[in-house]
Amino acid sequence: MKQFRKMTYPYVAWISVMIIVPMILILLYAITTEGNGVVNFNFTIDNFVRFFSDSIFLEVLGRSLRVALITTVLCIVLGYIPAYYIAKCSDGIKMKWVLIITFPTWINMLVRTYAWIGILQNDGIINTILGWVGIGPVDMIYTEFAVILGMVYNFIPFMILQIYTSLSKMDNSLIEAAQDLGANRFQCFWRITFPLSLPGVISGITLVFLPAVSSFCIPKLLGGGQYVLVGNVIESQFLTSGDWNFGSAISLIMAIIIMISMYITKKVDKTEIGERASA
Amino acid sequence: MKKEKRVFSSIFMALMVVFLYAPIIYTIIFSFNSSKSLTHFESFSLRWYEKMFNDATMIQAVIYTIVIAILATIISTIVGTITAIGLSKSRKLVRNLVEQVNNLPIMNPEIVTAIGLLMFYSAAHITKGFLTLLLAHIMFCIPYVILSIMPKLRTLDPNLADAAMDLGATPWKALTKVIVPQIMPGIVSGALIAFTMSFDDFVISYFVTGNGVNNISILVYTMSKRINPSINALSTLIIVIITVFLTITNLIPVIAERRMRKKLKKAQKK
Repeated sequence: MKQFRKMTYPYVAWISVMIIVPMILILLYAITTEGNGVVNFNFTIDNFVRFFSDSIFLEVLGRSLRVALITTVLCIVLGYIPAYYIAKCSDGIKMKWVLIITFPTWINMLVRTYAWIGILQNDGIINTILGWVGIGPVDMIYTEFAVILGMVYNFIPFMILQIYTSLSKMDNSLIEAAQDLGANRFQCFWRITFPLSLPGVISGITLVFLPAVSSFCIPKLLGGGQYVLVGNVIESQFLTSGDWNFGSAISLIMAIIIMISMYITKKVDKTEIGERASA
Repeated sequence: MKKEKRVFSSIFMALMVVFLYAPIIYTIIFSFNSSKSLTHFESFSLRWYEKMFNDATMIQAVIYTIVIAILATIISTIVGTITAIGLSKSRKLVRNLVEQVNNLPIMNPEIVTAIGLLMFYSAAHITKGFLTLLLAHIMFCIPYVILSIMPKLRTLDPNLADAAMDLGATPWKALTKVIVPQIMPGIVSGALIAFTMSFDDFVISYFVTGNGVNNISILVYTMSKRINPSINALSTLIIVIITVFLTITNLIPVIAERRMRKKLKKAQKK
């Protein structure tokens, strides 16, 4: 048996170089100043101070978190209904629905997002329809609305799938038992179905919130050049202004914020389930 | 009341399908538009397809995307399979450690992985281009392959390989004739995920490429700054490729099963 263990050695070497070294580099760049030699590092916390003392950067960070939060909430609310609907379908139809929901995600994200530029134009299809009923034209493209719409559009299939998976694992006799004991539909949903689907909602949040915070192509395509999120700041630090130290610090801050929010979500999940179970 | 609810959810599902598919259909329709407008359809024309096929950078991007996706899939599937089998026989400490590091590219925001690689390449003085792009794709594909194979290995009887070797099989034979066939479904789904991850990747590719090597995503991103309907033609091409790819991968198991059944029937008749 032991001879098979050697099979991991090449990959261990590979991940040390391709995964661990880059991570160390980010950390190293974030806590040093420009112009490092191979042996002498100029350690500093200036990069972090600069970020937190500049109101523009804080505003961008706040906007990114707000947009990601709104996107996540919309994905949960709008995604729960289809997930519930699909979970209640018969087995053959279930698979067809899953295919319908997942198919668009297989097509390049940039390609699908690009299409919204045309749809949301002032003389685009939505504003034309709104014009028939006498509204508009409403400014949609290059607004925060467009960015959130693009994010919900790109990420909602993942949320639907996660909630659907946890709903379809649910034992239906639990609902029947609750109904027999006199619970109404709302109580059934709120006390049984929803808590049991929470693991799906939580993993859905991970799949939506994380890419939403760090996305930089959706804001660029649908928000226009003026609309900046954290991802765009990191991009410009690396590809236009060339300040890698500051860029590394920002991405470190972003990664830590994401880790904290994931930790809180998981914690909430556990206590919620615990409380409901003991109640 | 139940009927009302049914109507409500049916309408909601219809709206959801419209929401998910409208941009795709919109792209296909406007790729045949004769005018440059993204909002008004004038008349049918193949003008943008002509322009796309005459545009060397567009064709090159399509070729690069496909070549890199195929190479990254093959390499990451082989390395991922070997590693996963090795991990299943390793000590728990080693396994956990490798799995933790393996999860990093999946859990980290893509942009963080991307800038890490960018700085690594520059520190190692590797010129950005085809090779850096391919290495990066292999790097983020392997974790998904390992993740989809590990559950299959866990359900595998650990004595299986030992039994094969006791019966005189060499370790290589035990591996290829006993273990690999058992975990084949995991390998196939891992390869599929790897292919689509590589085919669709934007963020990491955007940071680690150079020397004029572009993939489709980077091209769409850089071209979208100006109105350019040949993007719609390119998008339609991608939609067709992916649809064909998905149909084939979904049909192969069905066809294989039918063949097996036919063979069985023939065997039974004999």
